[in-house]
Amino acid sequence: MSVRRIDPHAERARRNRLHPRHHEFARPAWRWTSSEGVTRVNPHALGAIGPNGIRRIDRSGASVEASPVSASQASAEPARRQIVIDQPAGHIVVVPELPEGRLGDHDKDLFGLARQLADGRDLAVTAITFLSGVTGFEDAGADRVVDLAATVAEGYDPQARLSALLAVEGALAPQHWVFADALPDGGDLGRRFGARLAARGAADARPATRVWQLNDGRTLSRAGDRQDILRDVARVLLALPECAEPVSETRHEARRIDLAATGEASLTAADPATPAGVIDRGRVAVDPQEIPLAQAPFILSAGRGVSDWEGYHHAARVLGASEGASRVAVDDGYMVRTRQVGATGTFVTASCYVAVGISGAVQHLQGIAKCQRVIAINNDPSCDMVKRADLALIADGDAVLAAVCERLGQPRDGDGESWQTEESQHAAA
Amino acid sequence: MPQPDAKGPSSQIEVKAVALVSSGRHPVSGRPGRAREDARAVEMGLMLAGADLSLVHAGDPEDALLRECLEGYLGMFHGLDDSRDGTLSLLPMGAEEDAVPLLAAWLERTGATITLTGQRAECGEGSGMVGYLLAEQLGWAIATGVAAIERCDAQSVTVLQALPQGQRRRLEIQLPCVIAVDSVAEAPRQSAFGPARRGRIETVDDLLPAGEACLDVANVDWQWQPARARPKRLKVVKSTNARDRFKAAAAKSSASGGQVLTDLSPEEAAEKLIDYLRAEKIIADSGQSSAPDT
Repeated sequence: MSVRRIDPHAERARRNRLHPRHHEFARPAWRWTSSEGVTRVNPHALGAIGPNGIRRIDRSGASVEASPVSASQASAEPARRQIVIDQPAGHIVVVPELPEGRLGDHDKDLFGLARQLADGRDLAVTAITFLSGVTGFEDAGADRVVDLAATVAEGYDPQARLSALLAVEGALAPQHWVFADALPDGGDLGRRFGARLAARGAADARPATRVWQLNDGRTLSRAGDRQDILRDVARVLLALPECAEPVSETRHEARRIDLAATGEASLTAADPATPAGVIDRGRVAVDPQEIPLAQAPFILSAGRGVSDWEGYHHAARVLGASEGASRVAVDDGYMVRTRQVGATGTFVTASCYVAVGISGAVQHLQGIAKCQRVIAINNDPSCDMVKRADLALIADGDAVLAAVCERLGQPRDGDGESWQTEESQHAAA
Repeated sequence: MPQPDAKGPSSQIEVKAVALVSSGRHPVSGRPGRAREDARAVEMGLMLAGADLSLVHAGDPEDALLRECLEGYLGMFHGLDDSRDGTLSLLPMGAEEDAVPLLAAWLERTGATITLTGQRAECGEGSGMVGYLLAEQLGWAIATGVAAIERCDAQSVTVLQALPQGQRRRLEIQLPCVIAVDSVAEAPRQSAFGPARRGRIETVDDLLPAGEACLDVANVDWQWQPARARPKRLKVVKSTNARDRFKAAAAKSSASGGQVLTDLSPEEAAEKLIDYLRAEKIIADSGQSSAPDT
């Protein structure tokens, strides 16, 4: 962000009409007397553009410097304060979920909660990742980052992660642990960790689950049967989404620390005595049509612009997408009512939503408000769905879907075998 | 949902299945009854072990509503191969005692190999920790979020774990184990009045040596209060000047500034679409479609 500097010499020359260089700095007059003796006013020359991009008229006679600022500068976020903690008095460890390998909204809320706990006590917020190459810890609010990707194998291995966390516990002895209370990942790991600490005899290790607010040094956690529990801040916290505001005003250094270098060699020795209780056998192929529409990760949705319905169903099978529909397609009888997306149907949370021939009524756009990526295929470049979309393809939907099947090697003629591949898929609830 | 051979092999081999049940509340009326996830756990146990499934609950036997809750589970013992009635072991304890040592002692005594339960209780703290504490104390394995049991033999059980966005993961768990059942597991059968009346509730009260009741000391200074609605998060625009704040407040939520590609032939459009989906890892690179990683 560049600082606007005032040139005092130019200011003086502008004020003094008798200055020899006055004409260089003076702005064109906005009012003058014409040769006929009539007073003329040029409204465009009146006033000046202020620092925020708005025209300002100062009738006091003081000069307003005309310096139109760029749009990007005007809307830029205010600069974050850099915070460096060199010698922390302790640690607050955050174990983010990292869905899709990056910090999610829930993770940023966890860091916000940890900052609330840490600020004013000279504690460092330390993030633990089981994935390498994750970025954004500086802005999320982590002072330190411990990368345990080397010690833990890919896939679901709660025992290995638990022993890695126990090694961190031994090395750092953090004041608090913050987990995401989301089953089956963060909530599972946090509960395993709390149970292990409790079994070791730590009196205060019983975790506080479903924490949703931190107030005056006490936490509110949601219990069963419409009750809340107000209690002191537990050592292990399992926090719900939106438990705190994410960090927005400060920037932290996210310094990598290597626990093995600090003399804690126990990191690599991951308890060979413990038997592998749970073994990951990999993902199961789920029939996308069996996933509830509200949870489906990838939806191919059709509207009035689709006329070749067989081709559309085939394209959904080829892409492995769940089928959705606009209200028009349902009312016309091409799709069942349970497939309708929008305010009168289902609110979907897909990470990718492909709208074919849907112009984007307000009710439909409400239904897809939580989708991360929207692709529109439509003939009309001016429709609302194109404005909402991250990628808009102005083309005929039927032809594009046929071409997609062609390019993926499964054109509609060879329809027979695609049905058989579905037989092996497991039906989801 | 297919239960391919869950019943067949387990009837020959020795798998002692136990369901850990708790009292529930109807989400709207607050009426006592089955807890929703525990009922699914009992259903899963009935599919696995039939009428051999035994139920256990640790609670206050003086509670008038407890019998109503527990009969909801006993009423599920119908439609099975044998017409035996269900039995439930009630481990009496006070409200301020810890249930985990009692349950652990009972599980050790009965020699249970598979312990099914819901993920969280609907009454009390509802922390979902009981299964983990039990597994830790007994040295068992634990898996949470289980949607279905695929296969079960003498050493291990293969289950499907529910992941976000409707995905599934296959896990192999060594026996003995604790399995926490997710709410997407198969819906429980209705509770019938006759089996509920015929089912027996046995009180087991010699588990721990007398005078060794474990008080739960962690929760003495907790304050319980009726649940407040969580405040909605406001969209706060952090900006130093009023113009940006006004623009953000008055802005319509459209026009996110996506990429618009015009004048495309269908083949070009298909190419762009496939490239985008591959770049975002929605479909696999090989052209064979797959579910995205979550």
